[in-house]
Parts: sequence; structure tokens; C-alpha cells
Amino acid sequence: MPEIVRGLGVSPGRAAGRAHRMARPPVLPPAAPVTDAAREIGLATGALDAVAEYLEGYAAKASNLDARAILEAQSLMAADPSLRESVEEGVGSGLGAAHAVDAACAHHREALIAAGGYFAERAGDLDDIRNRAVAAVLGLPMPGVPDPGHPYILIADDLAPADTANLDTGTVLALVTEKGGPTSHTAILARTFGLPAVVACRAAADIGDGTWISVDGASGEVEVGVGEEVAAGIQCEAVAARDRRATGHGPGRTADGHPVPLLLNIGSAHDLGHGDAEGVGLFRTEFLFLDRRAAPSYEEQVAAYTAVLQAMPGRRVVIRTLDAGSDKPLPFLRLPDESNPALGVRGLRTSRIQPEILDVQLDAIAEAGRASGAEAWVMAPMVSTVGEAAGFAERARARGLRHVGVMVEVPAAALHARRLLEEVDFLSIGTNDLGQYAFAADRQHGDLADLLDPWQPALLRLIAMCGEAGREASKPVGVCGEAAADPLLATVLVGLGVGSLSMAAPSVPGVREALGRHSMAACEEHARLALAAGDPVRARAAVSEA
Amino acid sequence: MPEKTVTIASRSGLHARPAKIFVQAAARQGVAVRVRAGDKPSVPATSMLGVLALGARQGTEVTLQADGPGAEEALSALAELLSRDLDAEEPADA
Repeated sequence: MPEIVRGLGVSPGRAAGRAHRMARPPVLPPAAPVTDAAREIGLATGALDAVAEYLEGYAAKASNLDARAILEAQSLMAADPSLRESVEEGVGSGLGAAHAVDAACAHHREALIAAGGYFAERAGDLDDIRNRAVAAVLGLPMPGVPDPGHPYILIADDLAPADTANLDTGTVLALVTEKGGPTSHTAILARTFGLPAVVACRAAADIGDGTWISVDGASGEVEVGVGEEVAAGIQCEAVAARDRRATGHGPGRTADGHPVPLLLNIGSAHDLGHGDAEGVGLFRTEFLFLDRRAAPSYEEQVAAYTAVLQAMPGRRVVIRTLDAGSDKPLPFLRLPDESNPALGVRGLRTSRIQPEILDVQLDAIAEAGRASGAEAWVMAPMVSTVGEAAGFAERARARGLRHVGVMVEVPAAALHARRLLEEVDFLSIGTNDLGQYAFAADRQHGDLADLLDPWQPALLRLIAMCGEAGREASKPVGVCGEAAADPLLATVLVGLGVGSLSMAAPSVPGVREALGRHSMAACEEHARLALAAGDPVRARAAVSEA
Repeated sequence: MPEKTVTIASRSGLHARPAKIFVQAAARQGVAVRVRAGDKPSVPATSMLGVLALGARQGTEVTLQADGPGAEEALSALAELLSRDLDAEEPADA
């Protein structure tokens, strides 16, 4: 009999297939005296050779040239003669093969970290080599994404960006993790690729390798032991549903024709894809500022913003000013360490200390807007008060920017949505941070995932306050958090008065289809049901059954 | 010992593709070549980990050293590589 286990559905869709687990990093055995040094050296270097060979083969299969270069460099790290010298020294000082590999990698790791910048980031590659080589010495399965040779559902403790850089989304049908929350890397990745995903599913630890399972990324249900025929049926249906969505096109609208622009969340011009989107709802500008000792120049910023604006002629592009601070430190901001970075100097608050960085950025956005045919909208992150909104609006308008808005990520901003709209032209709700601050629950905290569920009725109430304020003032209110990418929740948001939804490009077809099946009256009914529910599970159930 | 000093031209520094091309070219030389940057000790040019740990960015000066027969040729060949922007060149196998 199939058994049903539950987690948090974070990326809708169904899939079924065999489960394969991402092996955990190996644990070192207790140190034992070395009796045959030559044998230990042979074991250790043999393991490093095997890892180098594996990575070389993996690199050859990588379709992305940047990913291939990184993997080839990683393969050469595993093949490095100096790593073998360190292993020999380790065995010479009495370490067994596994411990000698561990010590050799730790030694070189320090040198990489000391080199700083992107050289230091390669320490993660060396950790991966260490884990793989130690596993090979101990005869354990190789850690990392499995390669069973057929499509499968990936089961993991949790997924880090490094685990998934080379994830083959043609072979992986769905993701199920024991930890994680609605805004964890796994959830964002899954929505980006349109893969069904369930996180915070503790029982996933007991799913055996090769078991047939089905996954419902909307309800969070995982059925274990479904049998091959049932799985084939579900998979067939899932492919058909995906094809139906893929054939949809055109602007977002409800069944009765109310337009709901479906915009993109992007980090650079690269994320625009085919460029047939209705616009950009969130252009994160952080990429320009990362890995830098000094802030990027005015000219460099103008070029980067112009590249995006020119790709969207006549359409809206909402550019968010630098969202960094003590939570995402940048060396040139020179911010002191804080004991509670999420509540510290971040977002717009950094301009209290270094106003010139925001001034240069606004100058560059205004210039890029003048030089292109798109509508350059600008908004500030982490605004808490009407005074902050007014100050930002004044600085932006002084440069000729005509569409000035603020993000609503702090409950104080939602409570004063009406007054904010007296100062600015639009609001954009960042549901991930708004959830974090409304529920006092760290976005990275896996054990609090239920509090961060975007279906939390109290979070929806804050969104409703913004929606009402927008309708009264006849000014646009959008959502650019992960909540906008959930097709069913999108109908609720529209019913709450949200006028545009911004998401990663692969999420657009699913949301477009869901809106196209519901009238504005149905969306408003969904909103009433969700607000009235006692908790996220009931809210989701009430709306699904409506 | 013969030496040659050269400025790294690749945009990403001696990292990823440029580092790979350099380390593989060093392994093809008939003579052992060492490389250093700043006041850090020199590392074998065939060591990927050593080369990365130099932390050589675009514009960093590195010094190549080799001794014995074939040293001059090896130094010239490797210095020529580092003086090109390897990031701008199309991978041959793409």
C-alpha cells in the first residue's frame, strides 16, 4: 500500500518517478594506526585520481560553457600533484588514507581562502573534492547529485547552490527535501526551472533509493510506493499539463479580461530570455556590486541598466536600488558587524551612512531611462516609514525619474500603505521579507518553514491593506516575492487588489493559465476564503476546493 | 635562474578557463616551471591549487622561473599565454 507523507509544497505541479537520494558528505572514521604506508598512499591517490576523472567526464557533459570551465578547473585541482605531496606527508606523519585526504584538502583550502574574492569561492570546489575522495576511500556512495541513468525524483537533506549548479533539469522530475522553507534555495531553484518541489518533509529521510513515488508540489503530499504503472500515468498527465501551459501566450488577464501584467524578476539582461515578457517587475541590481572592492562607476551602471531597458521597448522595467547591507555585506559599504543583520543597516538604510552610492545609482538609472525607449521605474528596498519614502521620492524625482515607488517588506510599511501612496507612485510587495518580519521568523530557518508559508492569513491581511490602498489611490500595487509564482495563490493576490505579479520567467505560463481560468469575482472569492481561514493549510484547501 | 615577469591580461584573472589553460600548458613543457606573485612563495606552474592561491587578478604581475635546458623557451611560451586575454578567446572545443 502506498504511504502518504507530507511536507510544504513550494513549487506547484505533479511528477512521479523513482526516488534517488543525494548522498551526504562522508564522516571520517576514528583515527587508526597506519601499518602499511604505501597502501594508504595508494588508496588516497587512487581516490583523488577517480575524482579527477569523474569531474573531467562531468565537465564534458556540461552544456553551459562557464559551468564547464569551472568543472575542468575543479578536475585539475583533484589531479594536482601538490595535493598528492600533501597526502604523502600526511601518511608519513601517521594519518590513514581518509584522514590524509582530509588534511591535504584543509591545507590547500586555507591558501585559497587567503587569496580572497572568487579564488576563495573555489574553496567550495575543494570541499566537494574532499567529500568525494574521502567517500571513495571509505567505499561509500559518491556525494552530490546522483546519476542513475534515468529520469528520477531528487531526494536530499537540503540543496545548496553548489549542489545544483549542474543539475540536469531534463532528468530531475521533482525535488523533495527534508529541510528548507518556502524561500530556501531549493524552492527558488524549483520555481525557476518549473520543477514540482516539496520541502520540510522530514519523512523523506526514510524513502529508499529506487522507490517509486509521486509528488504534488502544490499540496506538499508525497506518495511513497505508488508502483510503476501509476507513476507512468501521473507523469504522462504532468507532461500534458506542461505542454498546455507552454502553448499559452499573451498578456496576463483574468477570465473576464481584467489585465494583470505578468512581469519578470531578473538579475541582469541575461535573465530576460526571449524578451516577450510584459515587462520587468524586479530588476535586482546587486550583481553589479558583488565581488567588488569599490562601487561600480556611473558609466558602468548606465551601460548595465541600458542593456535591460533597451530589450523592453515601450514596457515597464522596475529597477530596485541596491539591496545590500549587513545581511549581504559589500566591502565598500564599510558597515560594522551587527549582531542581528536582518534587523540592521540594509536596503535603503545603507544610504544613511553612504548617501553617495544611491545618488550615483539614481543618476545612472535616470540617464539609462533617457537613452532608451522603455519606462524606467525605480524603487527602494526596506522602507519602513513615510519619511523614508518621501526622502527617496524627492531624490529620484529631482533626477527626472517619473515612476518612483517603494517596496513593502516591513509590516510598518504595509500598515501605512495609504500614506506611502501619498508620497510615491507605486508599491511592490516583497512577500519573502514581509513574511520574515511579520512572523519574526528567519528566512533561512528550516524549522520555522510553516511560519514563512506565503498562505499565512496574517501575511495575506497585510497584502490586502496594500491592495486596498492602491485601489483607493488608483496607483499600482504589485507583488514581486515568491508568492507571485504560485498559480493558485496568484488568484488570491489578484482578489486582494494586487494589480501585477512579478516572478522568474519559467513561472509565468502556470500563473497565466490559472488567472485565465478565473474571473475577477472568483479571485475575490478566493481572497475572502484565504483571509478567513485559520492557517495556511486550510487556506490552501479552501481555495483549491472553491 | 632565468625569470620572466608578465602582467595577467585575462579579464577574470588567473581563474577558471585561463588557469586551466595555463596549468595544462605548463604540464606540456619539458622543464619544471614555478610561478610567484607579490611576496608569496613560488608554486609549481602545474599545480592548479597553487596557481589559484596566487590570487592573480587582471593586471597582477606574476614572475615565471625555470632552470636548465629548454627553460627560456618554456618561459616565453607561458609568458605569451598569460599576456593574452584568454577569456576573450573562443574555446576550441565549443
